[in-house]
Amino acid sequence: MRYNYSQGLIKGNVHSLESFGLVDGPGVRYVVFLQGCALRCKYCHNPETWSVEGGSSWTARQLFDKVYRFKDYWRDNGGITVSGGEPLLQLAFLTEFFALAKEKNIHTAIDTAGQPFSKDDQWLERFSNLMELTDLVILDIKEWSSEKHRSLTGMGNDNIKDMAVWLSEHGKDMWIRHVLVPGLTDDEEDLKNIGEFISTLKTVKKVEILPYHAFGVPKWEKLGIDYELGDKQVPTKEEIERAEKLIKAH
Amino acid sequence: MNDFKQWDDFEGTLWKREVNVRDFIQKNYTPYDGDESFLAGSTEATDKLWGELQKLQKEEHAKGGVLDMDTDVVSSLTSHKPGYISEELKDLEKIVGLQTDKPLKRAFMPFGGIRMAEQACTNNGYTPAPELHKIFTEYFTTHSDAVFSAYTPEMKKCRHAHVVTGLPDTYGRGRIVGDYRRVALYGIDFLINEKKKDFDNCGDGTMLDEVIRQREELAKQIKALEGMKKMAELYGFDISQPAKNAREAVQWLYFGYLAAIKTQNGAAMSVGRVSTFMDIYIERDIRRGILTESEAQELIDHFVLKLRMVKFARITTYNLLFSGDPVWATLEVGGIGMDGRSMVTKNDYRFLHTLENMGPFPEPNLTILYSSKLPESFKKYCAYISVKTSSVQYENDDIMKPVWGDDYSICCCVSATQTGKEMQFFGARCNLAKCLLYAINGGVDEKLLEQVGPKYAPVTSEYLDYDEVVEKYVRMMDWLAGVYVNALNLIHYMHDKYYYEAAEMALIDTDVRRTFATGIAGFSHVIDSLSAIKYAKVKTVRNEDGVVIDYIVEGDFPKYGNDDDRADEIGIWVLKTFLDMVKKHHTYRNSEPSTSILTITSNVVYGESTGATPDGRKAGAPFAPGANPSYGAEQNGLLSSLNSLAKLPYEWALDGISNTQTISPDALGHDDEERVRNLVQVMDGYFDRGAHHLNVNVFGVEKLIDCMEHPEKEEYANFTIRVSGYAVKFINLTRKQQLDVIARTCHKLM
Repeated sequence: MRYNYSQGLIKGNVHSLESFGLVDGPGVRYVVFLQGCALRCKYCHNPETWSVEGGSSWTARQLFDKVYRFKDYWRDNGGITVSGGEPLLQLAFLTEFFALAKEKNIHTAIDTAGQPFSKDDQWLERFSNLMELTDLVILDIKEWSSEKHRSLTGMGNDNIKDMAVWLSEHGKDMWIRHVLVPGLTDDEEDLKNIGEFISTLKTVKKVEILPYHAFGVPKWEKLGIDYELGDKQVPTKEEIERAEKLIKAH
Repeated sequence: MNDFKQWDDFEGTLWKREVNVRDFIQKNYTPYDGDESFLAGSTEATDKLWGELQKLQKEEHAKGGVLDMDTDVVSSLTSHKPGYISEELKDLEKIVGLQTDKPLKRAFMPFGGIRMAEQACTNNGYTPAPELHKIFTEYFTTHSDAVFSAYTPEMKKCRHAHVVTGLPDTYGRGRIVGDYRRVALYGIDFLINEKKKDFDNCGDGTMLDEVIRQREELAKQIKALEGMKKMAELYGFDISQPAKNAREAVQWLYFGYLAAIKTQNGAAMSVGRVSTFMDIYIERDIRRGILTESEAQELIDHFVLKLRMVKFARITTYNLLFSGDPVWATLEVGGIGMDGRSMVTKNDYRFLHTLENMGPFPEPNLTILYSSKLPESFKKYCAYISVKTSSVQYENDDIMKPVWGDDYSICCCVSATQTGKEMQFFGARCNLAKCLLYAINGGVDEKLLEQVGPKYAPVTSEYLDYDEVVEKYVRMMDWLAGVYVNALNLIHYMHDKYYYEAAEMALIDTDVRRTFATGIAGFSHVIDSLSAIKYAKVKTVRNEDGVVIDYIVEGDFPKYGNDDDRADEIGIWVLKTFLDMVKKHHTYRNSEPSTSILTITSNVVYGESTGATPDGRKAGAPFAPGANPSYGAEQNGLLSSLNSLAKLPYEWALDGISNTQTISPDALGHDDEERVRNLVQVMDGYFDRGAHHLNVNVFGVEKLIDCMEHPEKEEYANFTIRVSGYAVKFINLTRKQQLDVIARTCHKLM
């Protein structure tokens, strides 16, 4: 193994824990939400995870011991998903945490927007160490063009597409997700382009349209941040079906 | 050895030598591990009858919950001429028999208490006959009158303050499950004969109190058995002999149950574990070529139709306690035998399938005796029915079987009882949250502001000290357990004397095992309160007389429902401490004491009469139901909550630990197939950890809100949800209870 144990010196900053996640990866999942994200998605339903500060501090061992109490519910169809915030911002902690999971042969998944991905050698080495311990990457493709992505999230997405390609080339299973906001992320050409891009990836196991919802709005209000999508509606069944058709056309 | 031609093709001998239905089942049942594809849809007759019944039920709902009532006939086995769902359709009814002469007409049952029976009439706009009032006040003593004549002032005070609550002192205690299968397997004459032998062998001639009582009770049982024969004759059936085919077996068995619900109005009138038994007759008829699958399903559908019609006259306040008109006609499927064979038969599928053939419905209270080792296809079908109807509950066979064997029934919402071998003294519950407040206030009730408990030294400091509170709590709990157990001793003495369950006891062994079922209310609030005192700071708020009436919690503290041992260990301690205190006392007829953590819908009423608690719960706010964590306490989702529940040792709460959970369909999986698989997996995990019970609801809060706002919508007429230990139609809950259900955690998509 190429990774080094920190002997518990690295602490993870955890936003919250959900013992009962059934749609964030295959089967019954324990979902760990980490603190901190650099994106500022206009529809974010967890804006309280943006800051790297706050949350509770855990060593990988402490967190694993807590999570492992749920193994009876996973059987051969479930495991651990780390979400956020952006889990890849806490790469070292995550690696240590997954190493413990793999010692017990537990299925591991990361729910990421890919923003921290970089082809910087040092970063990439650490990332590939993590990928050795990761069974599934659930990756958001939020927009097709980098400009639109910047307008939606504050940052471009060239590196995110690079990450998808890297995962494909390294044989890592992926689920691709796209949040559908009518009138914002439902452009026909964009959806087609995303679909076409997905078709070039070799390891995509599932493509999901996540219908926009406004459950996060009270959190924005609580944090005193303006919510720009106040006029946006939840997509109808037909709109979801249309998007699915476009994105899965290939 | 006895033999009947009705027993042809049945195996085994012990059950022929003595009354032993379990032996008959074990020797003759056919385990089924296939899937549901063999099931048949509803017949035309079923559709017609169910359609008719739905019309009546709509009428009943429109009339405020009661369609019709008796006011001048006292219900007995033969008090009414035969009744049918409708006169025109009566030939379509494969299984017949109603409590009164008309469908959904509620009988007049004064033996538990005449005032209650009369009030039930007047509350619903009926006038009870004055001569009955005279008879049951001047010439006959009812159970209720007897109890109140003997209560101590302290018991009355505790009752008034709701520190003990829901006691069966004005109505039938229920919870006794006759072994109704015996009527089918043996016929009444055989059973009378056996009871006569018991009568002859009762005592050695020395007339001790117990012997005299036993002889009198046996005489009553024999009379009840003869009454059952006459009751069946009114419907044109002779049940003196064993049933000769499946239709007769179901009918005979139902007559046994009908005898119980004609003579007793207990809170819970359960049917018992009848499914596998019936399957043996159905299998034999199918083998003989005299019954098709469709006809078999029709028998079960029509039997279930009858169970959907069981009604009792109740007063308004009773409905606040047990909302939605429940009768706990609990009926079990599934389970695994002592020899390791699955006891799932095709008939278990047929019972679950009634929820598809006739749609969801609260009764019978279908209970799955669950084990991760049940056939996979059966587990999946159960989960599918849960996802579709939210009408069934699950109980852990793996932990009940070592205690009760493989022929137990559920006698109320979740409590196990050995079928035909055991009876239970139902004890409602005592309010341990209020007891904690008494400990702090030196026995002064925080609502009434009167001395109710003993005048022990109250807490006088501004901030609560954990060790001091625990010491005072233990002392107060010890007092409460004593008053509570003794009130129950008195109640059950009187019930045996004035409202003896002759029909049910006639179908139970004479040498009966008796259990004494106490219960705990306010469980989660006690845990969180003690945890707050231990791990945070709790400041008292006192009125001008120094009575603590509110609490201010400063800081965070671990809460029950998060798989956090710091809180959960307190719960285990509370349970064991209380049980030990109960066990110190004499229990009536040397019954075996047990306890439970289940409150049914009464969590709302109990909460109303309890002041603010140190966990931050406001005065009057509902308690969490059963053993559920407090509202809002769960921080890490459903499975953390399940893990906390699963830590409570069933061995210390043998009367049951109920847990009710609601999962939004979107959170359970992307499609039904995934939902079913995930639900099975969750239950396997939960029950393998040793948990006792789970009510599973699968729907979103939006549906509840819409149903509350638009109860008139067709789709909501039978919209059924699981509450603590039973199922109800949501439209039949009071608004307060509807709001409580809505407010409870719904595990949904993050």
